[in-house]
Order: sequence, then C-alpha cells, then structure tokens
Amino acid sequence: MNERSRDERLRIRPYALTGGRVRSSTELALEAIVRITPRGEASAPELATERREICELCADPTSIAEVSAHLRLPLGVARVLVGDMVTEGFLDCNDNAVSEDNRPDLRLLERVLDGLQAL
Amino acid sequence: MVFKRSERNQQTSGSGGVPVPVKIVVAGGYAVGKTTFVGSISEIEPLTTEASLTSHSHGVDIAGEAAKKSTTVAMDFGRISLGDDLILYLFGTPGQDRFHFMWDDLVRGAIGAVVVVDTSRLEDCFAAVDYFESAGIPFVVAINAFFGRIHHSLDDVREALAISPDVPMMITDARDRAATKATLLELVQHALTQATAPSA
Repeated sequence: MNERSRDERLRIRPYALTGGRVRSSTELALEAIVRITPRGEASAPELATERREICELCADPTSIAEVSAHLRLPLGVARVLVGDMVTEGFLDCNDNAVSEDNRPDLRLLERVLDGLQAL
Repeated sequence: MVFKRSERNQQTSGSGGVPVPVKIVVAGGYAVGKTTFVGSISEIEPLTTEASLTSHSHGVDIAGEAAKKSTTVAMDFGRISLGDDLILYLFGTPGQDRFHFMWDDLVRGAIGAVVVVDTSRLEDCFAAVDYFESAGIPFVVAINAFFGRIHHSLDDVREALAISPDVPMMITDARDRAATKATLLELVQHALTQATAPSA
C-alpha cells in the first residue's frame, strides 16, 4: 500500500484499525514502555502496516504516547494496538509501577530524585 | 526490515530489559509556557499526541481558543532518561475544566504535577489547582517569570490561589534547564514527603 492511501485511511477512520474498539484487553498507561520481542521481530514482516510500524519503532524502548506521536495515531488507537500486541507476545511491556493508592512507591520516588539530581 | 536496536540500549532491568516509566504532569493555562518548560529539560524535542474529545466537549470555551471547535486535544510531552532503566515522561496538559475527563487518566500513577502559572493571568490555573487538590495529587506551583519578573509576590499569589501552606511554590523560568530541574526536584521531594507523612 502506498503512503498516500495509507495516510488517507488513517485520517478517515483510525478506529477501524482497532475494529472500532476504544479499549484494549489490557489497560496500559500512556507512559507504559514497550519493546519488541524476538517473536515480534520474527513476525513483523507479515503484520499489517500499522503493527509493522509499531514493531520497527519499538526496536528501542518506546512509550505508548511516543508510538501515538510518531505514527500519528490518536492516543486511544495506539493504546489498543499496543495492548493487543503485548497480549500476543510481539512486544514486552513495562507499565507504570504503582502501589495501591495509584502513586509510585517510595523506592521509585527516591530513584527519580537521585536520577534528577544526577542530571 | 531493519531493526536499529542500538548497543547502548541493552538494559538489564525491568521486563525483558524494558525501562520503568514514571511521569509528571505539567498543567497550566493556555500559552503559559508548559511546552517550553518540558522542552527545556527533555532529551527529545517535545512530541505531540492527540486524545479525542467526544461527548465531553460541551461547555467552557477557552480564551484565545474560543473559535476552535476542535474534536481533539493535543498534549505535548518530553522524556528524560534517568539512568539505563528508568524514563521520566513529562506531559503538558491544558488546564481548563473541560479537560478534566482526560486528567483522571493522565494522573493515574503520576508522581505529581507542576502547575505553571503566569501571574498576569492567575485565574487560568484555578481549574488545575482545584483538580489536583481534590484528587490528592502532590503538586507544586511554579510561577513562570519571563525575564525574571513577576507581577505579584509569592505570598500574594498563594493567597489569591488559596493554596495551603504545605504546597511548595517557587519562581521558575520555563526556558532554563536548571530552573526546570529545580522545579521538578521540588515536586519529587514534595511527593516523597507526602508519601511518608501519616495520611490526613
């Protein structure tokens, strides 16, 4: 499929890519970081265009927000596609690590503090 | 197909060498300097992602954006690698009431928020302050002083915003990396303090 028709398709009906779903099987945070798995690398050439592009992008660790920005997909669409690909084993994922109150735990906060100070 | 996985990115922690994400929300009124703030410390040029505004889009219009009947809302964000296995994302978000539906999602798991304030348009940050206060999200108020000048004293601003004494407030310069870093450090320190304090 050439670039132009792909762009038009994305602009006209992005949610068609997700079968109309706005929720993924997994509810990942927009900052969840994904990276391609060996299974993803092996399967990428046979995947649909958007999924193949996600595989290429996620050769390096990439957040869902970055997938959305780089591939010009609405955040909701990127979330569903990436969530599905994690479930299918094409991507490894690190979601945000939060405790029961939905906040990062103390150890993580301390690591952020140290990391920022070292910048 | 070429996979350009770089040598230096062979992380050793997390799931399959995937770094752990953390995030800070940067909120404030229209054109108050949120993206400048993010860009001053981000290791990448700030990127933009769009979330859909659907049935929630009724209601308040924004000064300067009143003519726009947009169906999406753009969020600018940046990233900072903190070592090999931790990445901090900074999400800039519009500070108006009508975007509250987005904030619930955005603040889930966040360290906290920086509310960027322009003292000549204090009212632009009311909605953000209200939201973070009622949601119990740790936040700091950073007054963006263009050219080092602000129109009111910190005490006056605190009073005008009716912010409790334990919320840190500081003057920052969104263009300056060191000032942005100091503001972020203040927030993380505040979040740590709040997390270790006995719950109110």
